[in-house]
Amino acid sequence: MKTLFDKIWDTHIVSKLESGSDVLYIDRHFIHEVTSPQAFAGLRQRGLPIFRKEKIIATADHNVPTLNQHLPISEKLSRHQVDTLIENCKLNDIELYGLGHPYQGIVHVIGPELGITRPGMTIVCGDSHTSTHGAFGCVAFGIGTSQIEQVMATQCLILNKPKTMRINIEGILQKDISAKDIILFIASTLTTSGGTGYFIEYAGSTVRALSMEARMTICNMSIEMGARGGIIAPDETTFKYIKGKPFAPKGAMYEQALDYWKTLYSEKDASFDKEYHFNAADIEPMLTYGTNPGMGIKISQTIPHVQEVNNPLELEKSLAYMGLKSGIPLVGLPINYVFIGSCTNSRIEDLRIVAEYVKDKQKAPNVQAMIVPGSKQVERQAKAEGLDKILEAAGFELREPGCSACLGMNEDKIPPGEYCLSTSNRNYEGRQGPGARTILGSPLTAAASAIAGKIVDIRTINS
Amino acid sequence: MEKFNTIQSSAVPLPIENMDTDQIIPARFLKATTREGFGDHLFRDWRYKADGSPNQDFILNNSVYKGEILVAGKNFGCGSSREHAVWAIYDYGFKVVISSFFADIFKSNALNNGLLPLVVSDDFLHLIFTEIEKDAATKILVDLKQQTVEIAHQQTVFEIDSYKKMCLLNGYDDIDYLLTLKDKIEQFEKEQVLF
Ligand code: SF4
Repeated sequence: MKTLFDKIWDTHIVSKLESGSDVLYIDRHFIHEVTSPQAFAGLRQRGLPIFRKEKIIATADHNVPTLNQHLPISEKLSRHQVDTLIENCKLNDIELYGLGHPYQGIVHVIGPELGITRPGMTIVCGDSHTSTHGAFGCVAFGIGTSQIEQVMATQCLILNKPKTMRINIEGILQKDISAKDIILFIASTLTTSGGTGYFIEYAGSTVRALSMEARMTICNMSIEMGARGGIIAPDETTFKYIKGKPFAPKGAMYEQALDYWKTLYSEKDASFDKEYHFNAADIEPMLTYGTNPGMGIKISQTIPHVQEVNNPLELEKSLAYMGLKSGIPLVGLPINYVFIGSCTNSRIEDLRIVAEYVKDKQKAPNVQAMIVPGSKQVERQAKAEGLDKILEAAGFELREPGCSACLGMNEDKIPPGEYCLSTSNRNYEGRQGPGARTILGSPLTAAASAIAGKIVDIRTINS
Repeated sequence: MEKFNTIQSSAVPLPIENMDTDQIIPARFLKATTREGFGDHLFRDWRYKADGSPNQDFILNNSVYKGEILVAGKNFGCGSSREHAVWAIYDYGFKVVISSFFADIFKSNALNNGLLPLVVSDDFLHLIFTEIEKDAATKILVDLKQQTVEIAHQQTVFEIDSYKKMCLLNGYDDIDYLLTLKDKIEQFEKEQVLF
C-alpha cells in the first residue's frame, strides 16, 4: 500500500537506472539570484538551451535590500548578482518576479500564494527550504547548482528514492502555541540529523487543524532535521486556499484537478520506514539556545548540562559562542534585536499575530524590531488591513520583502555578540551576520519579547 | 568534471560534528556569479579572526596538517543547499571528504563536482583521527575502483552508488546521461496529465 510520497514520486519516474536510481521528472522549478548564475553559465558553456522555460519561475530575494527597493542596489556584488538574474531571464525568456514586480518575494512564499505550487507536483529549487511547498501535498525539495543545470537542460534529475517517515501529532494545542513551536519541538527531539535520508509526512489531528500558512511553517523546517522534504496530505483547507489564486486551475479544470488531488493521501495500511508520535498538549513555546536548530528547549526549561546531551563538546562550543550557560532559563535574557520574517514566518497570518499583540504597546527602547513581509502581496495585504500603522506605532520597522536578516548576505545583519530573537529557521554560527547570536522562536514570542526588551513567556503575560 | 581514481595523501582532521554549510562558506561570500575562487573563503569565520588575521588555533592554519583529504565529524554539510560549500572545499584543494555521515544535499552536490564524500563507520573514523593525531604525515589511500580506504595498514570497504561511481571514474556528469534520454522525457511529457 502506497504512501502519499510514493504515489507522487512513482508517477514522475521517467526511467530507472541499473543502479536503482530513478530519473525523476520535475514539474516546477523555482530559481533565485544566488544559486542560479553558475547553472546558466554551465548551460552556455555546453551550448545547451533551456529545455522547458515555461516551467521555471524566477524571483530575487536573498540578496536584495529591504529598504528603498525602488533605488538601484548600492552594494556592487549584490547588484551584479541580481542584474545577472535579470539578464539570464531575459536571454532565456523566463518569467521573473524581480524587484519592483507586484509578485516579488521570498521564493517559498510566492509559489504558494500565486497558486503555482499545487498538490501532486514535483517541485525543486536551489534552496534547501523548498521543503516548504510540501505543505500542499507535493514532493518539493532543495537541490544544488549542478542539479539546477540538470533540470534546466532536461527537466529531470537522477535521484535515489528517499526513505519515508511519518510524524503524527495528535490533540489540541495549548493557547498561544503555534506551528513554529511544533516544529522546533519536533526538531529538538529528532536533532539536526534525525531526518537525514527521509522524506517526512506530517499527519494527525493537530496538523489537520492547521491553516495552510501554519503547515508551510512546519514543512519549511523539515530540512533542519536533515530530511529531504516534508509533505502534508492535501484536504479541504488546501483546496480552499488554492481556489482563485492567480495561477490555480479555473472552472472545469479546477473540478478535474480536485478529483485528482483527493486521491493524494497515504493508504490506510501504507508502511513507513520510521514513525514518531507526538502529543500536541506537550508543546510549549519553544526556543533554541545553541547553534543548530535541533538545540531547542521548552520555554519553561533550562539549558541542558553536558551530562544530559549526546554531544557534550558541541554543547560547550555552542554555549561559548552564544554566551550562555547550562542550567539557566532563557526567559529574562535581555535582547536588543528581534527579527520577524523569513520563509518560515513572514506570511500575513504571522504579521496579523504580531500586530494584534503589539497594538497599543511600545517596543522596549533597547530593541530594534525588524518585520519583513515575505512578499509584495503580503506587504500589500498588511497595508490594506492597516497592520503597517499598528506596527509602526509600536516602534516596529516594517520593511520591504526579501530574505533580509535570515541570512547574513544582504544589508540586514545582526551585529557581533548581539542576541536576536528570530522567527527564521537557522541559528548556525554567523547565520545572521558574523558573531550574531540567534535564538529561534515563534512570531508571538518574538513580538512579546520585543515589547519587554527581554525574552518572555507569552503564557504568563496573557494569563 | 575531472576523473577520479585513486588518491594517496595525508589528511586534515576536523573532528567537529554537525558542520553546517554556513560554516563551510558563510552567506556573505555567495555573491559571485562564477564557480571559481571560493577556496579563499572556506571556513572563513573559523579560519580568520574578526580583524582578518588568521586564527592560529584553526586546523587549516596549522601547517603540520595538509593534503587532499579532509576528515570530518559526523553529519558533515548539513543546512543550506549551497553548492558553493563543495566548490570551496574542492577549490581549496581537497578531493575527498571522509566522515561517518553526510547530509543528503551536500553529498549529492559533492558527487556532482568530483569531490568524493566517503562514508566510513564511526569506529573507522575514530581510527583515522587517532592515527593522524599520532602522526600528521600518515597517508590515507583511497581507491575508488576497489571501494577501499586504507590507513596504517588497516583497510575498510566503502559504499557508493554504482552509477555515481561510474560517473566519477569517467568524469561524466548527470547531464551527459540525461541528454541520452531525451525521447523518453518527451514521451513522458506527452502522457502526463498535470493539474
Ligand atoms: S528566508 Fe532564509 S531560509 Fe528562506 S529562502 Fe531566504 S535565506 Fe533561505
